[in-house]
Amino acid sequence: MSDTHAQTVSYVRQTMLAPQEPPRNQTGAVKWVHENLFSGWLNTGLTVISLLVIFWLLSGISPWLLNSVWRAGSLSECRAILDGTSGACFAVIVDRWHQLLFGFYPPELYWRPVLALVLLFVALAPVLFTAIPRKMLAFSALYPFIGYHLIWGGSIWFPITVLLGFGVGAVAYLLVKKINNLAAIFAAILAPVLWWLFVAGPLESSLHSIMPLGLDFVRSDRIGGFLISMIVGVSAISLSLPLGILLALGRQSDMVFIKTVCVVFIEFIRGVPLITLLLFASLLLNFFLPPGTSFDLILRVIIMLTFFASAYMAEVIRGGLAALPKGQYEAADALGLDYWKAQRLIIMPQALKISIPGIVNTFIGMFKDTTLLVFIAILEPLALANAIRADTNWNGIYWELFIFIGALFFIFCFGMSRYSMYLERKLKTDHR
Amino acid sequence: MSSTTDPRQTAQKPGKPAFHLSMLLYDQRYRSITIQIFALFLLMLGAAWLIDNVINNMRLLGRSFSFNFLWQSAGYDINQRPIEYDSTMSHGRAALVGFLNTVILAILGCIFATVLGVLAGVLRLSNNWIVSRLITVYVEIFRNIPTLIWILIFGAVMAESMPAPSSFRGDDPASSMIFDAIAITNRGVYIPAILFQTDLGSLTLGPVAPSLNWLLVIAVIIAGVYANKLLIAHATRVQNETGVRPKTWWKTLLILFAPVALVFLALGAYLDYPELRGFNFAGGTHLRNSFLAMWLGLSFYTGAFIAEIVRGGILAISKGQTEAAFALGLQPGKTMRLVILPQALRVIIPPLISQYLNLTKNTSLGLAVGYMDLRSTLGGITINQTGRELEGMFLLMLTYLAISLTISALMNVYNSRIKLKER
Repeated sequence: MSDTHAQTVSYVRQTMLAPQEPPRNQTGAVKWVHENLFSGWLNTGLTVISLLVIFWLLSGISPWLLNSVWRAGSLSECRAILDGTSGACFAVIVDRWHQLLFGFYPPELYWRPVLALVLLFVALAPVLFTAIPRKMLAFSALYPFIGYHLIWGGSIWFPITVLLGFGVGAVAYLLVKKINNLAAIFAAILAPVLWWLFVAGPLESSLHSIMPLGLDFVRSDRIGGFLISMIVGVSAISLSLPLGILLALGRQSDMVFIKTVCVVFIEFIRGVPLITLLLFASLLLNFFLPPGTSFDLILRVIIMLTFFASAYMAEVIRGGLAALPKGQYEAADALGLDYWKAQRLIIMPQALKISIPGIVNTFIGMFKDTTLLVFIAILEPLALANAIRADTNWNGIYWELFIFIGALFFIFCFGMSRYSMYLERKLKTDHR
Repeated sequence: MSSTTDPRQTAQKPGKPAFHLSMLLYDQRYRSITIQIFALFLLMLGAAWLIDNVINNMRLLGRSFSFNFLWQSAGYDINQRPIEYDSTMSHGRAALVGFLNTVILAILGCIFATVLGVLAGVLRLSNNWIVSRLITVYVEIFRNIPTLIWILIFGAVMAESMPAPSSFRGDDPASSMIFDAIAITNRGVYIPAILFQTDLGSLTLGPVAPSLNWLLVIAVIIAGVYANKLLIAHATRVQNETGVRPKTWWKTLLILFAPVALVFLALGAYLDYPELRGFNFAGGTHLRNSFLAMWLGLSFYTGAFIAEIVRGGILAISKGQTEAAFALGLQPGKTMRLVILPQALRVIIPPLISQYLNLTKNTSLGLAVGYMDLRSTLGGITINQTGRELEGMFLLMLTYLAISLTISALMNVYNSRIKLKER
């Protein structure tokens, strides 16, 4: 021991003191409120203004919402129950929800669209979540035919013969492949087309006469409400992604002619409002088809929406392709991969990953845009809201219908945007 | 095959490779040409098929392709008329009125959406818990519900929830005008209008005849902005030479506002207040419900998207930039103006352009609330009355395409000016 401490200290505390509580205004709720709401005059002002806004909104809406009527046969009945006080009349939703959801679909067959929706989620699950066994993808591939048959019904042989066309194509490819690769591709395209044009129709009718299986047929003009938004939205979304990828690749291509065609197509579609394209589908498409042909309006709309969405999709994917370092392309070339293999194994997985937020945004936009179908007399929810309002029982009802339709759209779109965030987090392979 | 053209022999000669037919498919140098010619062939085949169908269909219907209907009398009224129009005028004139209505709505919508969006985007980043939550709710609700529903909701708010003009009457009216100048009624909003005592007449420019008074005001404003630019440039020069920046704010105010005020005084400008006469308001400017529903619906909807773009742009600038600016001794305001914003704008502008384009294209939803835009006039009533859907749709699409391409060209010029100059 050195002698620096020659003098003995009279008292040394042996035990640690318990830490003192921080000052009252530096803890808990007080501190939080001070930091987050009243940290300066600007902040205080903003807080007061937002509280006023919230109060104004709540005081305006909540009495109306809380004082709502759920059971009534008509708006006048609702008003009689409310007796002069302000209140919502959600009885219209109770009365007409099935129309807003299914249009004029036969009520005894509601199980079919519902089953189709449930199966849609089953079919989507392996696409959306990689944890699910890959074998389920076979069901996803079959789903379009199952969904079509469930919703429209008719002879079961129709989807089956159409499906067989793909089988014919595969067989033709395998047979001709032994001779020549290129010819096999042509055969794989040509054989199903010939099958659908010449064989499928007679085969279907003869099979149907032998064994008339199938569900009751439902006409397209009876399908409406959210069902039509879902049908059109889901089909256009799933068709526009591959088309969009092709367009994006075409726009990036070295082939001048292909590139020009893609650029003109994309810029034209992006330059005109969707409503003009829909009007085109409903008014003008017949001019461009051989005289006398006409096909289902829903199908025409799906085609137009697919074109529309694929142009936007192409731009989104082009962004992803542009963001990819050039080294990736060169590395793929160095490995000796040909164009399509390089795209499939190296470029697209990365480019699509980069463009996920944009792709999902396009999907959401597309789904919201199905409301525009009201202008071409398709019975989507807003058109049905108009129809309900045209009924003398419910003449003059606005907010309840808007709230119901808006809430349904909100749930779907918000769900999609959350899924895209999940996907972004999951696919993030860099460690930042 | 003669010996002179035997490919194996010619292939031996250096610099002159032989050409087989199969090389069109398997040689990379020629394959792209083959594919392109094949695609061109397919495209021409398809186009020929479509055109042939159109010609056949037109012949079967006994119709011709002509734009003569544009000079026929329209026979329908348009409630919002930026230029002179009545139902005896031509379809072409009606289409022009619709076009102007589209442009008016698009410009006002873009301005209001930008104001809303920038405000919401900045406020969403605020430290204030309640404000950022409130803005989040606004953004999520408006982004996830279709714009058409919003337009209809705003239309219903205007038509159903606002007081009738009659409630403004009497000694103790149920509703009163804001500042005795603005009347919000269920038939639209009435605001004061600026009128002139001396009228300079109007300039005739083809179909439109803008008032010379307003042209003069606009010219003076543009001149003021230009003079102010010169002033700022001068101040910057002085600062670069002497290190001291001369005070310019009062000169700026003077240059921008004094000449305009003088012009207004000289022309005897006065405010024309709306007044309740009979069953309705008269005087002032009448903003119709259809216009308000479109304007508010589109602005609030697009504003939510712009808010996200602005937020993303500000977040994209790394914190180091702010810290570096502080380390240089810049004040927070200057940091924002000189360091953060110029960088954030580069991220913000391209998606902002596409939002402006979206808003402009969405003005075509006007028919839902009866706003008489290009699609309601040319693409709606005119097509229905004349049965010229092919020609009408052609013109309609061409006009929208022209508007879109103009906007994107203008904004691309602006974008390339503020772009980071990489050296």
